[in-house]
Amino acid sequence: MAVANEPASSPLATAPAPGRRWGEVIIESIIKIAGVSVIFIVGFIFLFLLWEGLPAILDIPLRQLFGPQWYPIEEHFGLLPLLFGSLLVTVVAVLIALPLGITTAIYLGEIAPPWLRDILKPIIEILAGIPSIVLGFLGWIALAPLIQTMGAPTGLTAFTGALILAYMALPTIISIAEDALYAVPREYRDGALAIGATQWQTIWRVVVPAARSGMLIAVMLGIGRAIGETMAVLMVTGNAANIPAFSENWLFSPVRTMTATIAAEMGEVAQGSTHYHVLYAIGLLLFLITLAINSLAARLIGVSGGRRSRPGGSL
Amino acid sequence: MATPTNKIDVQNFSFYYGDFQALKTLNLGIVEKRITALIGPSGCGKSTFLRCLNRMNDTIRGTRAEGAIFLDGQDIYAPDRDVVELRQHIGMVFQRPNPFPQSIFENVAFGPRILGITKSRRELETIVQQSLEGAALWDEVKHRLEDNALQLNPGQQQRLCIARTIAVKPSVILMDEPCSALDPVATLSVEDLMRRLAEEYTIVIVTHNMQQAARIGLHGVSSGSAN
Repeated sequence: MAVANEPASSPLATAPAPGRRWGEVIIESIIKIAGVSVIFIVGFIFLFLLWEGLPAILDIPLRQLFGPQWYPIEEHFGLLPLLFGSLLVTVVAVLIALPLGITTAIYLGEIAPPWLRDILKPIIEILAGIPSIVLGFLGWIALAPLIQTMGAPTGLTAFTGALILAYMALPTIISIAEDALYAVPREYRDGALAIGATQWQTIWRVVVPAARSGMLIAVMLGIGRAIGETMAVLMVTGNAANIPAFSENWLFSPVRTMTATIAAEMGEVAQGSTHYHVLYAIGLLLFLITLAINSLAARLIGVSGGRRSRPGGSL
Repeated sequence: MATPTNKIDVQNFSFYYGDFQALKTLNLGIVEKRITALIGPSGCGKSTFLRCLNRMNDTIRGTRAEGAIFLDGQDIYAPDRDVVELRQHIGMVFQRPNPFPQSIFENVAFGPRILGITKSRRELETIVQQSLEGAALWDEVKHRLEDNALQLNPGQQQRLCIARTIAVKPSVILMDEPCSALDPVATLSVEDLMRRLAEEYTIVIVTHNMQQAARIGLHGVSSGSAN
């Protein structure tokens, strides 16, 4: 494919000069390698988890694996309490973070004066960067005693974890939801105001629906952040791998999440033992849950995103 | 104060963006149920003036108005004037068609819904049909009311915006170069529509185009300079 000696300066030459062409080839292949390698890495992680986790799934009877008892020392590997712990903490965290995050985003994007927005937005983005261990520490020192005084037997409960997680997910939700609102064209707002809509009617009936795909991404990333978080929940949820009885107050009982279990037990486990493989199986389960959330998000966004596209116009 | 034939009376009206004076002591009258065209070079303040008539400029920070504009004898810049209520009487059609990214039906139903004009679904459907007929769009969209409005072509989108405006039954319609984003065929259909609307509504239109002004049979031309 070598190009013959074309005059490099000729503006009419169809083929680019050889030097430039090699540069293109090299840069293109670097970009290609970078892109493809990411896909391979994700694939390898999945295969690795499958390889290490599969023995557990094959060795342990399914009934026990999805049973209610997690006593690794006595060879009881029931994942149900851990799944329960993760879901409870995540769902409650999202229920707290969602209304707060969306309303904050609406305030920042639509109501706050520009100077206040310019101050608050960077601060919120800095909050997103606080290491989770620091938040766990705060939860342990400040939040847990508070919850104990509210009447719980211990301050280290599912609710404590959910509060910390909600706080961690908030900056992500606010920042991305606010970006989505900001991207809504001014014409939509003008159109609504010109009909005689109040500011709130304009926001709620026109701007927020127009931003819904971005808002959805915000929610999904918030959930992803909450379910994958480890250190903070390890510190503040009490680490009791059991399902509270129905009579007890679920929210104010200690629980243990899947992530915390892996982090707490991986260091002490004998390599190659059943326990070791079960921990990998938990990792596999987490991987699949995250994958399911992401593909659900992609589908939902695909649906609404397709409807937003505008023939012959630019948004 | 206002002479009876004038729908809108502008008296000693000035408008500022910060320190910049965009409109200098304007005086003019706008006659009821006629088309009044504002013609002039770019940047002379035509759109600014139009957006003063429904106080859309209030949404821009740092702007200020002096003097008075009377709608049916009442000053729209009076301190106790309810701007939201004012805009229900003075509709506006923008330069670029701006339907909401919702269904055709929802676009037209938006105004009646937020104003609480009717609770009944049947009545709402009647209003939507009448408004779309009034905007000469009904026959083209009656079988696809649930389609997203952004799927319409630009000319249809602009007529949808007109339908959305007349659904709340304003008495005045402001149009800011409503055909500048449209092709010639769509332009003719919108102009045709304007002539028919003038039988019921007072229309104020900004245009660059003298031929257009002639075609729509305008009443008074307020000439270009803002001074």
